[in-house]
Amino acid sequence: MNAHDEERLKNLLRQALPPMEDDAGPGRDLWPAMLRRLDEDSAASGQVWAWFDGALLAGLVGLVAFFPAAIPVLLYCL
Amino acid sequence: MQNGSSSVLNQFRQGDAAAFETLFRQHQRAVFGWILRIVRNPASAEELTIETFWRIHRAHARFDPAQGFEGWARRIATYAALDWLRARRAENEVGVDAVAELAAPLESDPAVTAEIRLKTAEAFGHLPPKLRIAATLAVVEGQPQKDVAAALGISVAAVKLRVFRALRLLRKDLEKQGITP
Repeated sequence: MNAHDEERLKNLLRQALPPMEDDAGPGRDLWPAMLRRLDEDSAASGQVWAWFDGALLAGLVGLVAFFPAAIPVLLYCL
Repeated sequence: MQNGSSSVLNQFRQGDAAAFETLFRQHQRAVFGWILRIVRNPASAEELTIETFWRIHRAHARFDPAQGFEGWARRIATYAALDWLRARRAENEVGVDAVAELAAPLESDPAVTAEIRLKTAEAFGHLPPKLRIAATLAVVEGQPQKDVAAALGISVAAVKLRVFRALRLLRKDLEKQGITP
């Protein structure tokens, strides 16, 4: 493809896809939607932590049940 | 003013919510406009603007105030748009509808028929997203190549190469359809 072909294709492309307006802006204030997204994100991460806390607690209970000798060690760590 | 904006950037880096809102309000229009140039669909551009700022919010600790906010936000916006184009491509929805709606310039060359414009727009919609973004920004939107390179995180030479590859693939596709550009 030579420079002439390249330029012709570029012109064709500009004909097919006109450039967007320079000063185009969103049709609404996006901040409320942004806040919703952030709230959803923090709620989701809260759920992950709740699950993680539960799993950690279950692990500790299991450890104490199967290895009672570990209780003094745990108490020492606390 | 400079100290004020620098202070906002530093506060944002530390995770301050008010600073994030300030930056959102200052830059949402520019980010939306940049994304719109890539995806060419206002509703999708609004969604992607929110996605971009969500990514920005999550990455606040990695932000370097010395590098400025606009370029950083633009790069994140470009990659959010790239992910969107890839997802659409994976779903076999290449955005041709949106592209075709816009395929009617006000000052069109009479030698280029509406059918050719539509087929060109469709063929362009089939290009790999990375090539499509480079060609959209550099050729269609006429953005400076250094700005396109910065937004994509590549060199100017790489932008030129991507544009060249995009045009070559476009020509092949059009030739298959019996159109000699």
